[in-house]
Amino acid sequence: MDAIDATLPPPVNYLNAQHGIKSWLLTRDHKRIALLYLFGITFFFVLGGIFAALIRLELLTPAGDLMEAETYNKMFTLHGVIMIFFFLIPSIPATLGNFLVPIMIGAKDLAFPRINLLSWYIYMVGGLFTIAVIVLGGVDTGWTFYTPYSTAASNTHVVLTGLGVFITGFSSILTGLNFIVTIHRMRAPGMTWFRLPLFIWSHYATALIMVLGTPVIAITVLLVAAERVLHLGLFDPKLGGDPVLFQHLFWFYSHPAVYIMILPAMGVISELVAAFSRKAIFGYNFVAFASLAIALIGFLVWGHHMFVSSQSVYAGLVFSFLSFLVAIPSAVKVFNWTATMYKGSISFQAPIMYVFGFMGLFLVGGLTGLFLASVGLDVHVHDTYFVVAHFHYIMVGGAIMGFQGGLHYWWPKIFGRKYPEGWAKLAALVIFVGFNLTFFPQFLLGYLGMPRRYYAYPPEFQVLNIMSTAGASVLAIGYLIPAIYFAWSLKYGELAEANPWGAKGLEWTIPSPPPTYNFEETPVITEPPYNYTPEFVASVTAASRPEVELG
Amino acid sequence: MFNNFPLFPREASSVAGQVDALYFLLLAISGFFAVTISLTIVAFAVKYRRRHALEVGAKIHGSTALEILWSAVPLAIVMGIFVWSSVIFIRISRPPRDAMDIYVVGKQWMWKIQHPDGRREINELHVPVGQPVRLTLASEDVIHDFFVPAFRVKADVVPGRFTTLWFEATKPGRYHFFCAQYCGTEHSGMIGWVDAMTPEDFQAWLAGGAGESLASSGEKLFQELSCNSCHRPDSQGRGPVLDGIYGRPVALEGGGQVIADDSYIRESIVDPQARTVAGYQPIMPTYQGLVTEEGLLQLVAYIKSLGTTGQPTPTPGAPTATDTPHPTPK
Amino acid sequence: MADAQAHAQDLEPTALQHQFDSLEQQFDASVLGMWVFLVTEIMFFGGLFMAYIVYRTWYPDSFAAGSHHLDVTLGMTNTMVLIASSLTMALAVWAGQQGNRFRQVLFLGLTLLFGFAFLGIKAYEYWEKFQDHLVPGPNFVWDGPGNPHAVQIFYSLYFAMTGLHALHMVVGAGIMITLLVMAARGRFTRQWSTPLEIGGLYWHFVDIVWIFLFPLLYLIERHV
Repeated sequence: MDAIDATLPPPVNYLNAQHGIKSWLLTRDHKRIALLYLFGITFFFVLGGIFAALIRLELLTPAGDLMEAETYNKMFTLHGVIMIFFFLIPSIPATLGNFLVPIMIGAKDLAFPRINLLSWYIYMVGGLFTIAVIVLGGVDTGWTFYTPYSTAASNTHVVLTGLGVFITGFSSILTGLNFIVTIHRMRAPGMTWFRLPLFIWSHYATALIMVLGTPVIAITVLLVAAERVLHLGLFDPKLGGDPVLFQHLFWFYSHPAVYIMILPAMGVISELVAAFSRKAIFGYNFVAFASLAIALIGFLVWGHHMFVSSQSVYAGLVFSFLSFLVAIPSAVKVFNWTATMYKGSISFQAPIMYVFGFMGLFLVGGLTGLFLASVGLDVHVHDTYFVVAHFHYIMVGGAIMGFQGGLHYWWPKIFGRKYPEGWAKLAALVIFVGFNLTFFPQFLLGYLGMPRRYYAYPPEFQVLNIMSTAGASVLAIGYLIPAIYFAWSLKYGELAEANPWGAKGLEWTIPSPPPTYNFEETPVITEPPYNYTPEFVASVTAASRPEVELG
Repeated sequence: MFNNFPLFPREASSVAGQVDALYFLLLAISGFFAVTISLTIVAFAVKYRRRHALEVGAKIHGSTALEILWSAVPLAIVMGIFVWSSVIFIRISRPPRDAMDIYVVGKQWMWKIQHPDGRREINELHVPVGQPVRLTLASEDVIHDFFVPAFRVKADVVPGRFTTLWFEATKPGRYHFFCAQYCGTEHSGMIGWVDAMTPEDFQAWLAGGAGESLASSGEKLFQELSCNSCHRPDSQGRGPVLDGIYGRPVALEGGGQVIADDSYIRESIVDPQARTVAGYQPIMPTYQGLVTEEGLLQLVAYIKSLGTTGQPTPTPGAPTATDTPHPTPK
Repeated sequence: MADAQAHAQDLEPTALQHQFDSLEQQFDASVLGMWVFLVTEIMFFGGLFMAYIVYRTWYPDSFAAGSHHLDVTLGMTNTMVLIASSLTMALAVWAGQQGNRFRQVLFLGLTLLFGFAFLGIKAYEYWEKFQDHLVPGPNFVWDGPGNPHAVQIFYSLYFAMTGLHALHMVVGAGIMITLLVMAARGRFTRQWSTPLEIGGLYWHFVDIVWIFLFPLLYLIERHV
């Protein structure tokens, strides 16, 4: 491999252009900010993962024996708060999105680089609040903060947690704002809307949700904090307030937030399916508009979290109807990805393994969503482990699988190094198996009637819980393997060419790692996306390493 | 450990079979799509695997006909599911008229249950099979949720209002009920048993420990709180006559009318000025905090009992503002 | 809000920033950025408006009773003050386009003055409410008509909405001061006055929010 070093990496790139911790903490380079975020979300993923492990350990036996009930309640609350607000929501947009959105549209940076850096600091300050909560003794309301428990009953650090969520919400708003303006105003000449990679479309839809939804949760948690301190009565029935109003405001954001998590992953999958099939995405326009449709209809379905919350029967039916509608664009995407593989030229490299994993898990997650949208059936499975299993299939099976796929695909671009292919495939398999073993039994548990957020449970649920805990340990190993080889690759990995996969896309036309301003001169786009031709493939394979491509 | 390992909950209510039928249909549909799509992906992956390094995929950009097909077919399927599940939901939401009433109060962290004729229990609910039962649910503190997996029903118990849940047990037996809405430290301890009994056994059980009936507890409370000084049966009081009012339309001050059901009576006790009866001054003080949720249920039961004994209006004619059983203002 | 200020700073440098190809692109991006930001602001207030709608529907009489205790004269004065400030802000933006330094300073100064006048009157109103024990919380006292709990909810929303609005006014005043300094230094020319335009958008937005708040809070069931 040493023989090809000559073609490799540019002496000066964004990683080594400046040195010292200050050059990172004050950077305005979207690529460096992406890495700052990667650092942040990895930290919170590990933290959230530790809480998950403790939850699963406690649930190994029916009795509550590992910890106190109150401790357990804090564990699942912190697991939810951290994984959702500090890992999943920023995961793909703030790392891969931050890194790739400007490059994919041919821009030198995001429209507002300083705001981009500010958003990371805001995120970290919000994170510090959350860490302070952990140090000071935790919070036990569940990540949903339902009133009046959160405002009148809980005696834990609700206000501090609320402030953490409030603050970090602004980082999400600013990221969304930056993406919207960048995608509207910074596209290179010739980069029309319908030449944009689908990754950009899905990030555009995500940014819309961030901008429209996040302020509502911000004001809502602020009201919860104010109510807790001053006893305003806004959500406390004893003072004339309506606890269910809180649920409406909360889910108005928090349901679309699910799409903040899954849409970017869908964007990743679109890129990967095209790249590893060497073929244009089937039905590009439909996939693009499906993202927008999901974002917009997603704002109209929040009431399906409240089918049994005493809202009217009529409201239940309307929200059920709309929830079924939002399933259609997701289905359209899956069909189009599948059709893209038809008559493709599919190569089995590590990233596509994560795509297969995503497809399998997202199918299960999406289809079980139909069970929950069925209002008559949701009455039974609502607030049971069925729901827990469903949203983990979407968020872990979908969003994290997509994130991992994207990370494997763009890793050589981001760091200029390759990771060991065999280990990466093994990790994909371990994660897939471990995930299913963890969460599939939870569907059965849910239909059996085991409610969520239970610290102790009747003995008839134990066998399935043991399976789930066993699966969780497999899953943990699955996440550890990439952590090790990714870290290893930073120093020892084989140097990556500009375009190791032979993929289309502007990011593959610049060196790995890219220079600080991405492009030496502004690119001019003259062709549709994913325009794979034999000539193109011949040119990129000749440029890299023709002798090993046939593996 | 393995001798108690169910994979499917027991079916013990009149709706359980219907919910399960929908569940199995959805399982079949989901299974079909999951397996078909997965197999297609695997088949494509194998069939179209890259044969040589310079190979590219075919130039196919899409097909509007296919897009319409695979939007319309799933849409048709989910609309079918929507209609079916809605029918079940409406059935679950509407208690039959002949349902028997039982009152449930949830508090951190126990369930207190009162039967109309006075029998009380904690974390146990005795019901007869073959008889629709309507639970009126109230919460003393935070939101709870009453969930009986074997009956496939649940409802949030929201403080500040009554919610209802109904079921008809079909098989005698003991079934778990759970609190399904997270409510604090001992949330997972808010578990109890529904004891579904044959009607004969149930009658025997009721007779076994009957105390004071709910309505007479309510009557006592009504006097203790001096409600009777204003709400007098002879239409000379400062408040409306309550005899026969239950379940009937009441004209409101400022126009409109409301059915005097459990919720309205509850609201009139805790927030009397919210909807004042036409022709009366808004002078009643709030009893918020002075009456427990159990007390409220007893008062409602008492007022309900007046509806059957009082009957001050001769004929229950068309519900207009004039024939509601209220005196003209003094 | 802090991010608005940071936003204004981000748009401040006169030179073309590295990520843009042309000044025009830079200007378009800045204006669009401000509009998107204002959309988030609408959603931010939207949560409060939603709560307001729900509770006003639940408690129409108590809301009217609470509202009658607000000082319409002061509210009306403040409305006039803000409308005047919108006018001077628009004139400042126009002066920016003309590159007229004196007028920029004059109109920005007037806008700032009106802003402070508004905040002063608002502070006086808050003080009055404090004297009357109408600040929600343990010291809240209400013995007028209506349900005291519901009136407290009205006052909670009153303070939340006007307080959030006042916070925006304070941030706006900070932006005005920044713009004033920049204008006095002659930074705005015929070619480039982006911060003025962006600051103007923000100021008008904050005014418009008040135009909604005033009737919703002060004018419930007032038949003159």
